[in-house]
Amino acid sequence: MSITFLLNGKSTTLDADPNMPVLWAIREVAGLHGTKFGCGMAMCGACTIHLDGQAVRSCVMPLSAVSGRQVVTIEGLQSKQAKAVQAAWIDLQVPQCGYCQSGQIMSATALLEKNSAPTDADIDGAMSGNICRCATYPRIRAAIHAAAQSAKA
Amino acid sequence: MSNDIASARRIERRTFLKGAGAATVTALTIGFDWAGSTTRAQALAAPGNPAPFAPNAFVRIGADDSITIIAKHIEMGQGSYTGLATILADELDADWARVRVESAPADATRYANLVFGKIQGTGGSSSIANSWPQLRDAGAKARAMLLTAAANEWHVPVGELSVDKSVISHGASKRQATFGSLVKKAAALPVPETVRLKDPKDFKLIGGQPPRVDVAAKCDGTAQFTIDVEMPGMLVALLKRPPRFGGKVKSFDGAATLQVPGVVKVVQVPGGVAVVAKSFWAAKQGRDALKVDWDESSAEKRSSAAMMDEYRRLADQPALPARKEGDAKKALGDAARKISASYEFPYLAHAPMEPLACVVKLDAKSCEIWTGDQFQTIDQMNSAHAAGLEPGQVSIHTLYAGGSFGRRANTVSDYIVEAVSIAKAYGADGTPIKLQWTREDDIHGGFYRPMYFHKMEAGLNAQNELTGWHHVIVGQSIMAGTIFAAGMKDGIDSTSVEGAANIAYAIPNIAVDLSTAKAGVPVLWWRVVGSSHTTFAVETFIDEVAHAAGADPFAFRRKLLEHEPRMKGVLELAADKAGWASGPLPKGRGRGIAVCEAFNSFVAQVAEVSVDDAGRVKVDRVVCAVDCGTAVNPDIIKAQMEGGIGFGLGAALYGAITLKDGHVEQSNFNDYRVLRMNEAPKVEVYIMPSTEKPTGVGEPGVAPVGPAVANAVFAATGKRLYVFPFVKSEIARS
Repeated sequence: MSITFLLNGKSTTLDADPNMPVLWAIREVAGLHGTKFGCGMAMCGACTIHLDGQAVRSCVMPLSAVSGRQVVTIEGLQSKQAKAVQAAWIDLQVPQCGYCQSGQIMSATALLEKNSAPTDADIDGAMSGNICRCATYPRIRAAIHAAAQSAKA
Repeated sequence: MSNDIASARRIERRTFLKGAGAATVTALTIGFDWAGSTTRAQALAAPGNPAPFAPNAFVRIGADDSITIIAKHIEMGQGSYTGLATILADELDADWARVRVESAPADATRYANLVFGKIQGTGGSSSIANSWPQLRDAGAKARAMLLTAAANEWHVPVGELSVDKSVISHGASKRQATFGSLVKKAAALPVPETVRLKDPKDFKLIGGQPPRVDVAAKCDGTAQFTIDVEMPGMLVALLKRPPRFGGKVKSFDGAATLQVPGVVKVVQVPGGVAVVAKSFWAAKQGRDALKVDWDESSAEKRSSAAMMDEYRRLADQPALPARKEGDAKKALGDAARKISASYEFPYLAHAPMEPLACVVKLDAKSCEIWTGDQFQTIDQMNSAHAAGLEPGQVSIHTLYAGGSFGRRANTVSDYIVEAVSIAKAYGADGTPIKLQWTREDDIHGGFYRPMYFHKMEAGLNAQNELTGWHHVIVGQSIMAGTIFAAGMKDGIDSTSVEGAANIAYAIPNIAVDLSTAKAGVPVLWWRVVGSSHTTFAVETFIDEVAHAAGADPFAFRRKLLEHEPRMKGVLELAADKAGWASGPLPKGRGRGIAVCEAFNSFVAQVAEVSVDDAGRVKVDRVVCAVDCGTAVNPDIIKAQMEGGIGFGLGAALYGAITLKDGHVEQSNFNDYRVLRMNEAPKVEVYIMPSTEKPTGVGEPGVAPVGPAVANAVFAATGKRLYVFPFVKSEIARS
């Protein structure tokens, strides 16, 4: 069965099991590897993508659910906020092992696209679903604040 | 071999690794060499491309001015690629912007960890420490040869030349040349036998802030991990493992599995039954449909609670001495006051973010492996054994690892051997197969930090001086029964007692005893290894003793560390930066301190906590002081302390693997809780200035945070925490 949706701005048709999680369709069928598998039950956020601008966990979402909708992965980030987030991540040297960071950046970008000046509590609310076992949390928090500043400029 | 081990004991404290190095080298075929066999090297050596200048195993300089530094240690987040490159590039006076890092092939003849002996591998926070002299020498020699090449070309004395950012200059004649323009001439020169290293005051990159070489790729999704490896015809395998440790396959029914579209084959291997499919999703569905009948006659069927009961009993039985000074028994008998306590620590999973994965391409003559490989030499041996090949026929591509925390430094190479076994059972026909673990596989998968019970007694004399100390540790041995057992002395596994047997406090009568328990649960080192439990017991107990003596816990420790300047130094630095002298925090809040030595580095931390009326603990701030000798990359050192604190704090608050009738009760991040953003404290890190040789930073930051928080909870509530994780205590529930 084939499902058609907008993947990183391009109309994409994937011939795959409609029950296959979007994560595996993106990785194994579309061949985009930036989105990571971490838990398979929406507990860690490594698989975070944007669906119609919302941060969602792709590991538990069936492919059929994205039919006709807009999916953005780490490879397709374009917004001013996304560029500010990625620049702040590099500037503050956030990643350690790096495996969770695609998901962290997707969640942080979705936050800034809705909230141009998040408080620490806003950051807790938006980012607590993204686990980092290297515990880069203090730098993620600082980088989100820095990105909020630079995106405003 | 025994001579090797004996001399190793004199040289290195991590004796077990040396011993193991000596033990394993005899089994390894030395002399194979993949130098120049990588596609990149072949491309560079192809006609038309000038050969790169590769004066040693660690650096290659191209005619295009590219500088490739070869890392013998895995990059698993700890910053090793950047740190190793910083050392070599500084001595070379390289342009950091042109530096890239490539993983070394598996080849213990060139890439052994000098702390481990003759084994290539990463662990014990030793990457920078063991590479420091080696990479300085490698960089300085390459620089010397480039200088000689320039001097010969310009007919000027070498002493008149200067180097900055890969450019050699002759001031008087205003001539300049890049490294790349000199590679052909430099490559023709002999490698100097000795070379003068830089005076530390001339370091440009060491102690500076060269950005990490891996960060950009980790911010745009292009960094490649094992899960990302794709190759033509590759299949994906999932393995169904026994539900209890020690179980074996009795029989299986793969009929329903083979009905799943995309499933190619179902094969039995020593570790269980594997489903080999065209995609992860097919393999997952296939595994869900697989029926296996298990032989559990020799499986571990006990509950962890019953095992802890046994440990508690063992703590009162005779044990083996790990340290004995003076007469602790008499001192405790004569004491004016005795303090006693016991502590319980659970099994802990490492749970790296990247679920384990390994790609294997196996045929009759070779085995090629792609994975985040931490123990290359051991993995070569174990893979060769599983494949029926010689170690020299096993090649390893070490990829970025999405975390490890000790999990990948596995003496039996568990997940790698699984992948090799599956490729063999599949037919060893050269089909690349990727074994993918799920998070449930990881949490259920064993190789945990062992469970431990600690029993402690201390004696104070009439002057409130600490005169006697008796510490009994009960738990499984990590090294016994492995190739590292050669490093054990008199039955003592140093990883069970490190951080306890070597406490630095000046106590006249000390006894530290070890009782090694047996269990069918596979165990392994977990970030900071022994100190993950010993530092907690020592640092909370000394706090309790200080309180009993009516002393300030910081002042009490400092007095006992008068003759330990580096330990005392970090203790004072942390206390100073945390504002210890300003006195207690307001009601409901508390400050606690802890200090440790681990992997030759010294770390002290002060934690500030708030405890609400319901007993919920929030860690607000952690101030950390570290003395790791010369700070090669200060920002990475800070990052490792920040990360170590978060890792240790998550375990202290929530981490536990428990068994019920042999079944692991946790399965994913919903019930194996780890630290999250909303629970992460503010962290401040201060690095002690030092010109000592550099020591480890990947692990030591983990150890003091648990006891510092427990001591802070005591300061806030007057209640002590004795059971890990804190959520299990009557206070500190959250």
